[in-house]
Amino acid sequence: MAVALILLLILIGSVLFHLLSPWWFTPIATNWSYIDDTINITFWITGTAFFAVVAFMAYCVFRFHHKEGRRAAYNPENKRLEWWLSVGTGVGVAAMLAPGLVVWHQYVTVPADATEVEVMGQQWQWSFRLPGKDGRLGTTDVRNISPDNPMGLNRDDPYGQDDVVIENGDLHLLLGKPVKVLLRSVDVLHDFYVPEFRAKMDLVPGMVTYFWIKPIRTGTFDVLCSQLCGSAHADMRAKVIVEGEREYHAWLEKQKTFAELLGRSDLKKVTYKYGGE
Amino acid sequence: MVDIPYEAIADVPRAEVPDVELYHPKSWVTKYVFSQDAKVIAVQYALTASAIGLVALVLSWLMRLQLGFPGTFSFIDPNQYLQFITMHGMIMVIFLLTALFLGGFGNYLIPLMVGARDMVFPYVNMLSYWVYLLAVLVLASSFFAPGGPTGAGWTLYPPQAILAGTPGGEDWGIILMLASLILFIIGFTMGGLNYVVTVLQARTRGMTLMRLPLTVWGIFTATVMALLAFPALFVASVMMLLDRLLGTSFFMPTLVEMGQLTKYGGGSPLLFQHLFWFFGHPEVYIVALPAFGIVSDLISTHARKNIFGYRMMVWAIVAIGALSFVVWAHHMYVSGMYPYFGFFFATTTLIIAIPTAIKVYNWVLTLWRGDIHLTVPMLFALGFIITFVNGGLTGLFLGNVVVDVPLSATMFVVAHFHMVMGVAPILVVLGGIYHWYPKVTGRMLNEVLGTFHFWVTFLGAYMIFFPMHYLGLLGVPRRYYELGDAAFIPPSAHTLNAFISVVALTVGFAQMVFLFNLAWSLFRGKPSGDNPWRATTLEWQTPETPPGHGNWGKELPVVYRWAYDYSVPGAAQDFIPQNQPPAVQSLHGARP
Repeated sequence: MAVALILLLILIGSVLFHLLSPWWFTPIATNWSYIDDTINITFWITGTAFFAVVAFMAYCVFRFHHKEGRRAAYNPENKRLEWWLSVGTGVGVAAMLAPGLVVWHQYVTVPADATEVEVMGQQWQWSFRLPGKDGRLGTTDVRNISPDNPMGLNRDDPYGQDDVVIENGDLHLLLGKPVKVLLRSVDVLHDFYVPEFRAKMDLVPGMVTYFWIKPIRTGTFDVLCSQLCGSAHADMRAKVIVEGEREYHAWLEKQKTFAELLGRSDLKKVTYKYGGE
Repeated sequence: MVDIPYEAIADVPRAEVPDVELYHPKSWVTKYVFSQDAKVIAVQYALTASAIGLVALVLSWLMRLQLGFPGTFSFIDPNQYLQFITMHGMIMVIFLLTALFLGGFGNYLIPLMVGARDMVFPYVNMLSYWVYLLAVLVLASSFFAPGGPTGAGWTLYPPQAILAGTPGGEDWGIILMLASLILFIIGFTMGGLNYVVTVLQARTRGMTLMRLPLTVWGIFTATVMALLAFPALFVASVMMLLDRLLGTSFFMPTLVEMGQLTKYGGGSPLLFQHLFWFFGHPEVYIVALPAFGIVSDLISTHARKNIFGYRMMVWAIVAIGALSFVVWAHHMYVSGMYPYFGFFFATTTLIIAIPTAIKVYNWVLTLWRGDIHLTVPMLFALGFIITFVNGGLTGLFLGNVVVDVPLSATMFVVAHFHMVMGVAPILVVLGGIYHWYPKVTGRMLNEVLGTFHFWVTFLGAYMIFFPMHYLGLLGVPRRYYELGDAAFIPPSAHTLNAFISVVALTVGFAQMVFLFNLAWSLFRGKPSGDNPWRATTLEWQTPETPPGHGNWGKELPVVYRWAYDYSVPGAAQDFIPQNQPPAVQSLHGARP
């Protein structure tokens, strides 16, 4: 009757919505399709459970609806049934947890051949830093931040002199190369989120956090700050462009290093001092 | 198949049960205002929680207006939006749900269901309400303070919560919020001690722990958890207040504030998150467990059938309560904490699904071969099962660490916690009110209005939050004032947002029908008699309805059986009250 039918319609409607809705994962741009696969496994298992429970409930409402003369059964417990239901649930849980933990292990294990890139977050913009020709990022400190050193690099650190500094700009990444994204905040919590990348992590002042990806297709992707960081949280955007070797190097040539930026604003010094004075 | 041994309902000889020293109020003020009667305190908690809850409901309408129709309502700016979401969240979780389940339902039902005259510390119980009211007033005052309320999100993460870039950070908003939380916790501890000690020490003769209704088990376990978990929030709030007011650096590393170096240094934002979530995760079960207990009683009463697997249900409540203390960092998978913690917390989080699933199976197995009366409370119980299963299952996505990575801080999380904590427990609150209103007032709520209220609320809430999960799968972030230019978000998603907003406003207005029903039925509702639902539990067996001072008249009840003797084979009626001795089992409705 009516109530059982409505419950069944809700169930069927939910399943149809899931199958027909246009709102689904964004097309993935990195190696993390394993995450999508785990989500799909989870949908199958939880979807089956949802269907089974709600269908059974709708059936009970239909079949055991009060009628004149009906008397309920009296069965306080059934240990065997409860035991098997628990075991079955445990198996379902393990079936979701196992792939999930395998993929998580991959997530926290950065490949040895990954290059490094730094993302710096502040209220409310993104800046980026690349290691430059020496392949190492220089050290930084929040106390160094000044108008001519917005990313706070240590001037004394030789490794930082050739770091490519992109203040409040867009990040370019090389197609097919694994990259460890180091994350640094100078003020509050932020989170570097590109939906197509799947991977993300918070930026925490006082710490350097990370995640890693291997971009697998070219394109331009939106960066959204994904940890509430104050009034303009929703406006803290940037773009990541994944491109092939030629375009990437063409872009890289045009970027400024820390030394160049210092030189331009520091007219009094005649020569740069490598290794500090 | 009856597993309960017959001696469970063996005859217990009547004994001299000494009358407890009960406070006897003499004036109107001591009867209805500064009352030590748990029943009055319960109504005070319920009314206050509902009032501030209505404020939070209106805030949600404003949020949905902004999300559904961005740019249309110029009086909502980004700062206010953040203030709305923060106050909405904090009010709903702490000041409405926790206060209503524990302070409202707990105060009313615990003494009655255990067969006591009142709580064991009535004066402290009374104080607990007034401290709670003060906490609510302090929180509400932040709407009128310079700078307005805090907009740091209900999670109040530092460093932003106390800095200039966040509404309320550098003036009064965050201070008043933290002060109100500190007051709430003090008040709650006073009440909580009452609930726990009353259940342990003031049960009437024959009422063993395993004869308690599941409502009591749910509220009792939740209270024990709260006494253990709230201290973490208390210290975190005090430490954040010190950071804000005295310039200490518990949570503040060296950082710049709007480009200027501050004097802070050496602190850890993650420390706050660990403290907050050590409280915060048990908190959501503090909201859920009373709902589990209450819905078990609603289902068994209105299906005229014992709750299936009572012992496992009790075990599951306690297990969920205990396990809830070792899962907190599933809220912190992408926080930057040591990544290997993810393995541990994902495992514990998914393990907690097992006792929870057992409860779900037992609810539907109670319906199996029952005698289901589709009363308004039963409808709300059915609605709870669907929405709780849905919301609980999406928790398995978020609990599985790597799956959480792309979904965290998206609308998937918002949809999950609303479905499992906002919709499902609220359906139980409403069902519980329809169920116990006759006991509190002596009148029935109108059934036509109630049925309408149920369908609009249940179907509407489902249509709000079910599709919202899919916005999260797309990658739409939470706490965003507007989505702006984002290539990956199709126009249809904006249409969905508008649809959700329209449904939300409709469901909101339908609650006015409920409020009307509550008020109207107080004067014009059908008189209910003592036990309109023909329930077994003790609160329905009081000599007067509403229960008088001291609840039981001259003699406390004596309990002979568990709480679920419905449709016992061979019994004359389809229920046997807990205090009915076996010798008079065959008489119609006779009281001992």
